[in-house]
Amino acid sequence: MSGNLTLRQPMSTWWWLRKRTYFVFVMRELSSLFVAWYVLFLLLLVRAVDRGDAAYADFLDWAGSPVIVAINVVAFAFIVLHTVTWFSLTPQAMDLRVGGRPVPGWQIIAGQYAGLALVSGFVWWLVTR
Amino acid sequence: MASTITLSVTRWRPDRSMPPGPQEYEVPLRKEWTVLDGLNHIKNEIDQTLAFRWSCRMGICGSCGMNVNGEPRLTCGAFLSDYAPGPIRVEPLANFPIARDLIVDMSDFMEKLPRVKPWVIRDDDVTEIDGEYLQTPEELDAYKQFSMCINCMLCYAACPVYGLDPDFVGPAAIALAERYDLDSRDHGARERLDVLIEHEGVWGCTFVGECTRVCPKHVDPAGAIQRYKLKAAQQTVKAFLLPRAMR
Repeated sequence: MSGNLTLRQPMSTWWWLRKRTYFVFVMRELSSLFVAWYVLFLLLLVRAVDRGDAAYADFLDWAGSPVIVAINVVAFAFIVLHTVTWFSLTPQAMDLRVGGRPVPGWQIIAGQYAGLALVSGFVWWLVTR
Repeated sequence: MASTITLSVTRWRPDRSMPPGPQEYEVPLRKEWTVLDGLNHIKNEIDQTLAFRWSCRMGICGSCGMNVNGEPRLTCGAFLSDYAPGPIRVEPLANFPIARDLIVDMSDFMEKLPRVKPWVIRDDDVTEIDGEYLQTPEELDAYKQFSMCINCMLCYAACPVYGLDPDFVGPAAIALAERYDLDSRDHGARERLDVLIEHEGVWGCTFVGECTRVCPKHVDPAGAIQRYKLKAAQQTVKAFLLPRAMR
């Protein structure tokens, strides 16, 4: 039942356009690049702050240029996709039990959004105080 | 409702040099008929050369898996009326070599399955037990979901990772490894981890999640694989941090 008697059909390069779920998966994978971009952007900001007022003003000019704003808008959309898709996958990967009973998936997801809100609130407070 | 529906069925014979191609058949569109009933109608009444696998026709044996309109399905559970007015594309399961018409060659899975040791492994030397190993309902619940797998191969047909890299151990085999890992009678987790911690084991999976979506038995292989990754990662950290005796 193997060798020349069977026929293996190669997968198309465009397999990820065949189904919506495959497409969302590939976009989720792609979103990692934009997460990396945000990390880089943040590091550049920190470096500019460290170098003093002139460097910071330069950074703001650069960050306000149309190209960077456009990149950041796209990046933000991908970050949202990244967050939402990974949060919604977490219950599948975590077998969380409290007192022997499995924690319902929606509670794990809600917990993550609560955590995100908490951390975002803290950062907001830190920056604006 | 129309009285017939068209099935566009992939035909391929290993003894002819023609590439696989669709052949259309008109079958009666009856409310209670499934795609498998349609194929059996073709085989019995129209063209007896058509080859496909089936057995129980009630979603238990896992033999009649095919790609129906591009989606891996048990054809005994896919109703013709759900696809009306048609035509319905019936193809062999994706990602496997075709043996003939709608029949795929599953030897790859048969070779991989024993590698993950899907049986109860004991670390005592007991060959014959006095009575039985008792389990509580909770202990049964821990692995029951993963024991529902019927090896129908729909998850492999849905998995792009397996399609792109046939060396990947794959969803069903890993879910079955998890089934024995979670069994309170089993002591073989360490042995299975040695196999699955390899790159072609759990780390090949990128969590597309399609295996779980197409599983007719709600086994959730994607969940099993991610939990395995967690176990593998914990084991690596333990091996790094703890002295040998405490692992």
